[in-house]
Amino acid sequence: MTDMRTQLAATSTELVATDPRVAVVLSEISVDRFAEAMRSAPHRVVNVGIMEQTLVGVGAGFAMEGFHPIVHTMAPFLVERPFEQVKLDFGYQGLGGTLASVGAPYDYGTEGGTHHSPGDVALMLTVPGAQVLVPGCAAELDVLLRATYANGRLTYLRASVAQNDVAFDVAPGGLEVIRRGTRATLVAVGPMLTRTLAAAEGLDLTVVYTASVAPFDAAGLTLVAGDDPLVVAVEPFYEGTLLPTLADALRHVPARFASIGVPRRFITAYGTLAEHDRDLGMDAAGIRRRLLGILDATS
Amino acid sequence: MAADVTVDRVRALMERATGDEKHDESSTSTLDALWVLYDRVLTVDPSSPHDELRDRFILSKGHGPGAYYAVLAAKGFFPEELLDGFLGWGNPLGSHPDRNQVPGVEASTGSLGHGLALGVGTALALRAKGLEDQRVVVLCGDAELNEGSNWEAILLGAHLALANLTLLVIDNHSSSIEMAPWEAKLGAFGWDAVVVDGHDHRALETALSVHPSDRPNAVVADIPEGEW
Repeated sequence: MTDMRTQLAATSTELVATDPRVAVVLSEISVDRFAEAMRSAPHRVVNVGIMEQTLVGVGAGFAMEGFHPIVHTMAPFLVERPFEQVKLDFGYQGLGGTLASVGAPYDYGTEGGTHHSPGDVALMLTVPGAQVLVPGCAAELDVLLRATYANGRLTYLRASVAQNDVAFDVAPGGLEVIRRGTRATLVAVGPMLTRTLAAAEGLDLTVVYTASVAPFDAAGLTLVAGDDPLVVAVEPFYEGTLLPTLADALRHVPARFASIGVPRRFITAYGTLAEHDRDLGMDAAGIRRRLLGILDATS
Repeated sequence: MAADVTVDRVRALMERATGDEKHDESSTSTLDALWVLYDRVLTVDPSSPHDELRDRFILSKGHGPGAYYAVLAAKGFFPEELLDGFLGWGNPLGSHPDRNQVPGVEASTGSLGHGLALGVGTALALRAKGLEDQRVVVLCGDAELNEGSNWEAILLGAHLALANLTLLVIDNHSSSIEMAPWEAKLGAFGWDAVVVDGHDHRALETALSVHPSDRPNAVVADIPEGEW
């Protein structure tokens, strides 16, 4: 299976070749993967070096001239470090563009906390009008990038190392019902689906899947959640990030909510992604353990 | 094309935009440079503010936009009467300019240190369109250049040989950190730089009208303390 980072470069390279209004702005990260695009359109595919405020500002400058910029680096250096440029240069100015990250939440686990970004999605959700997309696999990333790169909106596209086993027919605002049950509804986001299904094995639970945090399919969740639901977000970012969205979606019913996400503490250990998942309760076993705790507490 | 107006006419218009006195010095110190730019240097057309063949101007510092608004009004980008409602509810002329509300404004600015990177991106976009005769002029204050983001963009602008990019510094000596010597400092980053009297229209016009063919340039308009 192609990894999402490679897919991001491949799809972007094709868009550069087919749409003369596509520009790519890089900050050293993934430059090797964009070599063909840089050769084919050197004026539209630019590596600015290690300067993330300028990375985002240059992308917005392209957008001011009618281009569709795809701005790429690691999540903490794309969202957190230059956040004011994201908020003002794109958001406040009403410009469209794709901010495409890798590395969140702690994908490059040996790099340490300086390179982790479990707060990226929460931060992006503070930018009014921004789309936040978290594909579950490379094929979904391809579909979402093609669907949004030229739609005139600011889009945060989060590529992950972890991938689901199956690709769905995703779209901004889409929600897929995977299975139906009665005790609770799990909302699995992006690459959390495969492990969520493993964690829910044998339990009487509804599982829905989305790669679209914003816009979120409130109507779709309403249809499956019922009149007195317990809704549990299984989210690959800080726990609780999705809860305001879920609460708003179900504001007309007396719903209860819980979250299984990245615990809100600094990650100081080094190790593989799998080791971090295990330590943080984000692998299938950890999700099941946390899920059973939630079900016990709310039964 | 833009109407011919005198700097005295613009100064009179500025006096109609009241309520932002804390930024008076920031505003008045830009007046001569802005008038020279819009009257003698930039190719802009108020009847077609988004013309592809226009020059682009970004007021990066955003602060004290009274002179900017007065120049734009004098040139016909919007009715002069809007100046009377400066800062008022429902009036598009706020304390920092907004590209989505004010005709002729290229970028929404006010948080310091954003405009130069936007200008680099704009210059790159013009290059990608094959419009390298169109210039991008970014105005920064001397204190604004304390912001590190500017020096990222200054480094990059020279690296990319953006000959259609000009940084106009209004050095009204508001920076708490000594910024001179400008020529040596900007020159070390690969820019052509010249310091001129910020009230001398002929010197400003000459400096802003010429630029090298292989690198960006900076024009530093010196405004001595007390001569704002």
